[in-house]
Amino acid sequence: MKKLTNLLLIISIITVTFLSACKPKNLNNAVSGDAAAKAYVAPGKYDEYYNFVSGGFSGQMSVYGLPSGRLLRVIPVFSVDPEKGYGYSEETKPMLNTSHGIVPWDDLHHPELSQTNGEIDGRWIFGNANNTPRVARIDLKTFRTSEIIELPNSAGNHSSPFITENTEYVIAGTRFSVPGDDENGDVPISTYKKNFKGYISFISVGKEDGKMDIAFQLQCPGINFDLSHAGKGKSHGWFFFSCYNTEQANTLLEVNASQRDKDFIMAVNWKKAEEYLKAGKGRKQAVKYAHNYYNETTHTAVSEIRNEVTILDTKELKDICYFIPCPKSPHGCDVDPTGEYIVGSGKLAALIPVFSFDKIQKAIADKAYEGEYDGIPVIKYDAALYGEVKKPGLGPLHTEFDGKGNAYTSFFVSSEVVKWNIKDLKVLDRVPTFYSVGHLCIPGGDSRKPSPKYLIAYNKITKDRYLPTGPELAQSAQLYDISGDKMQLILDFPTIGEPHYAQAVAADVIKNNSVKFFKIDENANKYVSKGEGTTKVVREGNKVHIYMTAIRSHFSPDNIEGVRLGDEVYFHVTNLEQDWDVPHGFAVKGAVNAELLIMPGETQTLKWTPDRVGMFPMYCTDFCSALHQEMQGYLRVSPAGSNVPLTFSTGTNMPKEEAATK
Amino acid sequence: MERSGLLKSSRILLVLSGVLLLFIVKVPIWQIELNAPQYPEGLALQIHADGIKGDVEIINGLNHYIGMKTLHNEDFFEFTALPYLIGVFAVIFILSAAINKKPALLFSLSSFVLFGIVAMIDFWRWEYNYGHDLNPDAAIKVPGMAYQPPLIGYKQLLNFGAYSIPDIGGWLFIAVGVIVLSITVIELRRK
Repeated sequence: MKKLTNLLLIISIITVTFLSACKPKNLNNAVSGDAAAKAYVAPGKYDEYYNFVSGGFSGQMSVYGLPSGRLLRVIPVFSVDPEKGYGYSEETKPMLNTSHGIVPWDDLHHPELSQTNGEIDGRWIFGNANNTPRVARIDLKTFRTSEIIELPNSAGNHSSPFITENTEYVIAGTRFSVPGDDENGDVPISTYKKNFKGYISFISVGKEDGKMDIAFQLQCPGINFDLSHAGKGKSHGWFFFSCYNTEQANTLLEVNASQRDKDFIMAVNWKKAEEYLKAGKGRKQAVKYAHNYYNETTHTAVSEIRNEVTILDTKELKDICYFIPCPKSPHGCDVDPTGEYIVGSGKLAALIPVFSFDKIQKAIADKAYEGEYDGIPVIKYDAALYGEVKKPGLGPLHTEFDGKGNAYTSFFVSSEVVKWNIKDLKVLDRVPTFYSVGHLCIPGGDSRKPSPKYLIAYNKITKDRYLPTGPELAQSAQLYDISGDKMQLILDFPTIGEPHYAQAVAADVIKNNSVKFFKIDENANKYVSKGEGTTKVVREGNKVHIYMTAIRSHFSPDNIEGVRLGDEVYFHVTNLEQDWDVPHGFAVKGAVNAELLIMPGETQTLKWTPDRVGMFPMYCTDFCSALHQEMQGYLRVSPAGSNVPLTFSTGTNMPKEEAATK
Repeated sequence: MERSGLLKSSRILLVLSGVLLLFIVKVPIWQIELNAPQYPEGLALQIHADGIKGDVEIINGLNHYIGMKTLHNEDFFEFTALPYLIGVFAVIFILSAAINKKPALLFSLSSFVLFGIVAMIDFWRWEYNYGHDLNPDAAIKVPGMAYQPPLIGYKQLLNFGAYSIPDIGGWLFIAVGVIVLSITVIELRRK
């Protein structure tokens, strides 16, 4: 009996030991010893790469240094930013104008750097507004938003703003199909199949100035366009879009749009579309959309409403669009650096289909179609397929490339990044992410020339990765070293908003073009004061224009009297400094909008309406010098109808007795 | 019989010195470099024959804190005279090569050295005036502190380190002086 007890005891000890050994290791062990050294950038040293990260629902774009993960700047794009006066100063308000009026917020998902010959040229970065469809261009000389164009016939501008390899076009596909803007939208929602259409905008980009204009829109079947990428190299001239909801459901899409085993990748021959456009096959459509442009000489944005676009109907005009079946509601649609392989990623698929550009061309030539979908030919799956990556993980979303023949795909459901070889479709390595990864980014990873040193994963969920901060937690990015055969996690860093797609580029491509200040001699703002001698206060009816200057460490004028209740006051503040990193701020008590943050050589205007009689202090908000705290002034507000004369001065408005002794 | 003419090499060097002087009109003669913690890239004043160049506006902006007068080229008559004076010396050197007599050579050297000394005294005088003639209403007043930059070398002025050295033109000027001095010594020792 005792023997039996001993035996049982031994068995249970072995079992417990064995079972606990089976429990997966703590995932934190994924970080190995030399990770810190790889992500370390010593104080005072520059990072090797710029990383431009979408701000998601913050509406902005953030700039990080890699490999340190240090936040360098948040560029206001689609949302107001009171800190910088963006969307509040009279000069920047027009940037956020739309056909709906001023829209102070949006949802920025995808940044895309401009390219020349398929390589990142570092001139501009584009971003999309998902909610009120727009595309923005940011100038990388100033890291500021230069231009925003609204997109008619669109809703949920998601497959945007991807570009062709010489930045000929920025493309924007509508996520929601909708009735066209020139049609009656007051129809039952259940008439989706009859009345709703998908539109894809081709925005031309000025070769020198980058100015955007809608060249044409493709009218496509009423389905959801999700993501896209341009062909490159041999497939330059083509564009590829992932499509879902080919069921054309208008309600409970999570069920009703997941019925078909396969949706589509849509291949677009845009050179063909250009031919039709040239041949006058386009239809002019009356629409209404805003185009906003910020002029760096007048330091002022101008918004104009445009009234026409040209539509090419892809059902009537053959040979522009082709559908390729792709399993399980595809999301990512990525083209490898050679332009031959197109990777579609079905959100719920357990495999990754890789399509071949050559095979697609052959299938079109041979008319290897399985039928038509709403007038568009559907190429046979096998006729376009290069091969499938088997059992890569669950829920593939996005793929980036290293230019060495490998692809890296994110898996949302299984929370991992998987490296696989494009030629033989074999999985080479996999690493966990924390948690639920969305987009990936390799510097130049969607261009013809990737720089494959790092890979960054942008995660949707962080849970236990950082100190808790109440119900709302940080979003995060994770940096992997991919210079070796195996991927190695080296850093976590939190991000602003929710990061979606991102771009990265070697610092040298951008850093030497950075503007240090604006030349005051070239300032053509209507309300500029080019020196303290030209400052003035002018009354025009109930409008009071204050032409003011800021220089370390005073405003001129800093004593203003004669403003009356009922007046509208405009502070036109010019920063006279001509040196790098000397902004001045301007704030006045009771302002219901924001502050101004004025760069050297720039003029910005704050509108202010006094709401009461009294004394209103104003001051510089940007710590500019040792005497920054002295950089202040007063504005006196008298009752309506008061006869206090309009006066302004700096340094001379002394008490009578002191003035006499001076 | 004693020859009073100069060696051929001396005359060639004199002409060369005259030509070198003409270059000085086009390049900076002197520079004052300023370094401070918040100016890691440094600020520089370059003194040319016809004016001060470099970060003049930035330095003027900073100097108002200590009440120093702002720098303006039109306040210096030297910048009008200097290009002509340098031209005159170039002519003197070339002429003395043509005259081919020791007294002419001696005159060239002594007038050039005298000019150098007067120029440096003048430079020091300007530095002294700018460093000491301060606005009594200045925001920063440090008792006993003057802001005269060094004539040559390094000096700490509050948070700025000032480093004053000849620039290309200055070095050319010194080179010309050394060449003419050497010629003179050789010619005088030659019987």
